[in-house]
Amino acid sequence: MLGWLLYILNKHEKFKEARFLVTAIVPYLVVSFVIEVIRLINVDLFNRWHSWTDAIQTFAFIWGIGTWIVTRRQRKELIKARQKAIEEEQNNKVISAMKAQLEIDVAERTAELRKQKEELEITLDELKAAQAQLIQSEKMASLGELTAGIAHEIQNPLNFVNNFSEVNRELITEMKHEIESGNFTEAKDIAKDIEDNEEKINYHGKRADAIVKSMLQHSRSASGKKEPTDINALADEYLRLSYHGLRAKDKSFNAKFETDFDDSIREINIVQQDIGRVLLNLINNAFYSVSEKQRQEIPGYEPTIKVTTRRLGDRFDPDNDRDRVEIRVADNGSGFPKKVLDKIFQPFFTTKPTGLGTGLGLSLSYDIITRGHGGELKVETKEGEGAEFIIILPTQ
Amino acid sequence: MKILVVDDERDIEVLFEQRFRREIKTGEIDFAFAYSGEQALDYLNQHVHEAVLILSDINMPGMSGLELLRHIKQKFSHPPPVVMMITAYGDAENYSQAMRLGADDFLTKPLDFSVLKEKLKEKVQ
Repeated sequence: MLGWLLYILNKHEKFKEARFLVTAIVPYLVVSFVIEVIRLINVDLFNRWHSWTDAIQTFAFIWGIGTWIVTRRQRKELIKARQKAIEEEQNNKVISAMKAQLEIDVAERTAELRKQKEELEITLDELKAAQAQLIQSEKMASLGELTAGIAHEIQNPLNFVNNFSEVNRELITEMKHEIESGNFTEAKDIAKDIEDNEEKINYHGKRADAIVKSMLQHSRSASGKKEPTDINALADEYLRLSYHGLRAKDKSFNAKFETDFDDSIREINIVQQDIGRVLLNLINNAFYSVSEKQRQEIPGYEPTIKVTTRRLGDRFDPDNDRDRVEIRVADNGSGFPKKVLDKIFQPFFTTKPTGLGTGLGLSLSYDIITRGHGGELKVETKEGEGAEFIIILPTQ
Repeated sequence: MKILVVDDERDIEVLFEQRFRREIKTGEIDFAFAYSGEQALDYLNQHVHEAVLILSDINMPGMSGLELLRHIKQKFSHPPPVVMMITAYGDAENYSQAMRLGADDFLTKPLDFSVLKEKLKEKVQ
């Protein structure tokens, strides 16, 4: 029966906790039972062994208590461990819940950022479009300023073309006449004149052609291609265009212009129409400044513009290819005060009355020179005495 | 008759020589050329009273034709040379200013040479 009881206790989980009771109490019960049996069967033997049985009984009792204490301690530790495990599990649950929430938050935030990024991209595109439009309108505005100059510059060569071709027609009639009269020497002389005139016609035709081409180049959206360019010729061309443009607009205006070109400058690689625009802008500004000063009718004032080019190469190594070219546009106008100096290259800053300047000329020029060509655009000025703009371009 | 032509376009010299080659050949007209107002004044200072007629462009860099006209009318008054102004811009302002400064005539570019010839003959007579 005891064996069966032990088996049941071992087998069933429910009774597992009662197992220690068995281990603790059973020895005492067994010992007490055996002693009782001995007493009933043989009292003498019981009396004789009495001190022994008492000791065994006491021992069994102590065993029982000891087992109970040890088991209790073990159980307490077990409960503690179990609680700890439960706590940990709960913690894990909380952590994974937080993790899930975090992931949702991150996803939301990412979506928000993406949306913002897309919106910014759209805004940027719109700004770029607006900028392109502004640049184009600034180009057209400066083209408008050019028109009169261009008209004058084209009119002159066209007049020559017309005049020389008329002269040639007369000369041909005359030559025919001389041939008919047998004056071949005369006829030959006339033929030579016709030939010379033909050359003039060709020259002035090309001159007009070049002006029209540069005008088209000026208005065209930037192709951005750098080509070897004669910077002296370019500066001269835009100086003339600017001068005649202003003359045509304001008949009372006149100014002296001087050039000092360094012939040792070889062709340099630049975007022609861009640098042309910068030159036109600086020269127009210079003429504007001197014409404004001229209005003040200061005695002895002679409005003067000077365009200078210089090679800033290595003086000791003339073949050094890594040299730079400097173009200076100087005027003896009114200059400008120091406080304005920081702002002049900022977009939409202008000292001209409303409607006369877009305020983009110098800022675009600055962009073209620095970002477009890796050069420098500087200004030196003394208020009341004039201003000098300095372009420095690398030749490579 | 000596005529001083003032224009910053250098080819004007060849053109005039061709256009007036008959008159030059016969010695009717003798041309001198200056390419700026300053040069024209230099010429007039060196060749006093030689040029009886001055044909000047208005739009030149530096001294303009109108300034030249003023100088001529102030300095060279005995006898005053005939001064004809030429301009590419046939505007009223230039015209009135030229006339006020004492210009004898006012022509616009492109020059009509047959008209110019008639005018020159007229002025000489």
